[in-house]
Amino acid sequence: MLFTVLTGLITSSLLVPFGKIIKTKWSILLPFIPVILFLFYLWHVPVIANGTNVIQHLAWVPSLGVNFDFRLDGLSLLFALLITGIGTAIFFYGRSYLKGHVYFDRFFAYLLLFMSAMLGVVLANNILTLFVFWELTSISSFFLIGFNNDSKESRNSALTALSITGLGGFFLLAGLVLAGNIADTFIISELFAQHDKIVNHPLYPLIVGLVFIGAFTKSAQFPFHFWLPGAMKAPTPVSAYLHSATMVKAGIYLLARLTPALGSTELWNTTLMIVGGFTMVYAAIHSLFRTDLKGVLAYSTISALGILTFLLGIGSNEAIIAASVFILVHALYKATLFMVTGIIDHETHTRDLTKLSGLRKVLMPVFIAALLAALSSAGLPYTFGFIGKDLIYEATLHYQENWALWLTALAVITNIGLVAAGFMAGIKPFTGRLPSEFEQVHLPYKSMWIPPLILATLGLVFGIFPGIVGDYFNHQTANAIAGQETGMHLKIWHGFNTVLILSLATLAAGTVVYLLNKPSRAKLAAIERFNKISPQHIISNIANGITRFSSVYTNAIHDGYLRSYHLKIILFAELLLAYKLWLGGPIQIDFENLTPLSWYEVGIVAILIGALYIIVTTKSRLTSVVSTSVIGYCICLLFVFYSAPDLAMTQFTIDTLTTVLFVLVLYKLPPFINFVRQGILIRDAIVALGFGVIISLIALRVLYEPNTTAISDFYGENAYLLAKGKNVVNVILVDFRGMDTMFETVVLSIAALGVYSLIKLRLKSSEKE
Amino acid sequence: MELLLVLILGLLYAAGVYLILRRSMVKLLLGIILWGNGANILIFVLGKITKGSPPVIDGAYKVFQDVYADPIPQALILTAIVISFGLTSFAIVLLKRVYALVDSDDLDDLNTPEEEDI
Repeated sequence: MLFTVLTGLITSSLLVPFGKIIKTKWSILLPFIPVILFLFYLWHVPVIANGTNVIQHLAWVPSLGVNFDFRLDGLSLLFALLITGIGTAIFFYGRSYLKGHVYFDRFFAYLLLFMSAMLGVVLANNILTLFVFWELTSISSFFLIGFNNDSKESRNSALTALSITGLGGFFLLAGLVLAGNIADTFIISELFAQHDKIVNHPLYPLIVGLVFIGAFTKSAQFPFHFWLPGAMKAPTPVSAYLHSATMVKAGIYLLARLTPALGSTELWNTTLMIVGGFTMVYAAIHSLFRTDLKGVLAYSTISALGILTFLLGIGSNEAIIAASVFILVHALYKATLFMVTGIIDHETHTRDLTKLSGLRKVLMPVFIAALLAALSSAGLPYTFGFIGKDLIYEATLHYQENWALWLTALAVITNIGLVAAGFMAGIKPFTGRLPSEFEQVHLPYKSMWIPPLILATLGLVFGIFPGIVGDYFNHQTANAIAGQETGMHLKIWHGFNTVLILSLATLAAGTVVYLLNKPSRAKLAAIERFNKISPQHIISNIANGITRFSSVYTNAIHDGYLRSYHLKIILFAELLLAYKLWLGGPIQIDFENLTPLSWYEVGIVAILIGALYIIVTTKSRLTSVVSTSVIGYCICLLFVFYSAPDLAMTQFTIDTLTTVLFVLVLYKLPPFINFVRQGILIRDAIVALGFGVIISLIALRVLYEPNTTAISDFYGENAYLLAKGKNVVNVILVDFRGMDTMFETVVLSIAALGVYSLIKLRLKSSEKE
Repeated sequence: MELLLVLILGLLYAAGVYLILRRSMVKLLLGIILWGNGANILIFVLGKITKGSPPVIDGAYKVFQDVYADPIPQALILTAIVISFGLTSFAIVLLKRVYALVDSDDLDDLNTPEEEDI
């Protein structure tokens, strides 16, 4: 299985160097990648149908518990078939759709990357591997949504989608890692056995919350749904592939996958039912107000995802069977409708429902595909959608007695909306009078209208012979979600019962809604008045608020004045050091061991302090430089008194040199100007004195600590014995730590070079202000 | 004496910080020098100062016969003095250059380059 994941990644990276070649007629090779992968998974169908799971393990980062653990069961197989199967259709379709596009190679590189990532998500049996691929789908989706990168809207939508799904990914990671830690395994199939342990853990509500945020953001559940309509800025093949059939279902997949590990609790089921139920009704109603074909489809997709969440929330065997069938039903008809929309857009250059009509006269085969898909979406008997809808009603009707009616009512309302939306997208553009501007419209390449026709026909075939799907692998999907035998057996005819009546009533009501509801700009404008309270508006306001806060904060900290940065850094250091000192308790001074004072030392210290006072207060540049050198000499004398002849010599030389250099270079400069007010001077003086006091206190604290002299003793004893030198300081510098001194010399040479070249560099007249 | 040295290093640090907070580049540089001197004395004090017994072995002997001043702080300070000289000399020349270019040693004149220069 690893190879199926890697194939896409490798070919995707191969498109970087060979992109030019693939833009030519060799592009015909591209669709064969998903074809091969599809055949591979098709070949696994009989294996999975028996209830066997295919498992593959490959160490990746075993020390962190991150491994390529792959597992193919009924649920994974359904998704793998969808990804590669619909992928095949999309690849053929997209090749013609984007023929001659400048970024043709880039498009397929992203698409292949996405396909691999998606396969990785559904096959991964390791929490962390799952997360890696999960984020990879978000990233590839970002590139695909922003594919028309010269359009600002496109870029914004891509960014919104990435921030929502990417952020959700982090929540998901946190939730999964928590669950993994409780169960003490990162292998998903091993989590199932730990169901009771996880569910009874005090952190369980947190885990569920985090996982839900991850799944809801990905699968566009309310209130995170708004990125999906925005994602319709992507080229239509992308919308058909990612944003209806595969990626958005990753969230559903995740919920289904984790149901045996985290599910079957009140928290899990109720939350899913509420969120899913609200989303499906909200989006179904919303879809009726759209005038953009893709907008209708986007909202009906959100609604379908809501249904799936809702079904997983009900959680009964019937609901799970319904969900596993509906995933396939929806993928087949929605991908078809999207591809049809793409053809219409491609040929007429508009997706506006108020303008499109009568296209059946020019696009007959496309109309057939669209009609089949719309009918399947409406759930007409003998289409696959009919079976899907039956199962949904069965699931809601058999829920706990007092709630069954309400749930069924919700499902019926949603389905009425979906019927109407399906007709709007699949039938509306083709019926009526053909406007003169569309008379020149002609059929696109065969590779564009054959794939949707095949998918739509499959919807019909599966509807007439549901056994093909149900008995071969879909029952294993349901079993995998439920974690037990669900006894799925699909039939066309369930007898004349409530479900059938509901189904037909839905169909009739949906048709009536479709006939009455004429899409118009006025209605769109009416619904857009509610934008102010929509989650999209609120979340983007929050995002703007954060941006504004950070810019205010940054401007406050980074005001552009060096001394203000210094002040902040020093104040922070003071606070930190003072806190640490305070933690250490009172400071003790060991008066016994102090070295006695002599009068000349006191005299030197007095001179030093006097010089310091002059530096701080003087207005003359020269005075302050001279005072600095006085301080240097005083320190030099202190070194002499306290047994450091080498230091004294160095300090003396360096101090002299510095002063000479200072005077030579700066003698021309004017005296200091007093820039600041008294208040600031006092503030700075307080900060400075505070810093001095803190350093002094630290010194006192350290003085009291016993001295360890092991290293000094080593140098002292071995200076002559090992290095044949009697001045220990010199021996340390040139022998024991000779390497350090060598590099110090290098540093000095570089500084000397810098000084020399700066002095030699003549000022160009143009540089002078 | 230690207490006096502690006082001096505190004052050197304080004066250094005070000068670093000024607008003049020359003062900034002087502040850095003072700060460096303070740091040297800090290291010196922490190494237990000793009077009149430099870490030099007597001519006739191969090892020390008596107490001697700790050589490690001295080696460290020596390095520090030399390196800070490298820094100071380069900064002085740089300062001169800046002064020649913008005719000011006010730091605030440097942080907003003219529009056409960018």
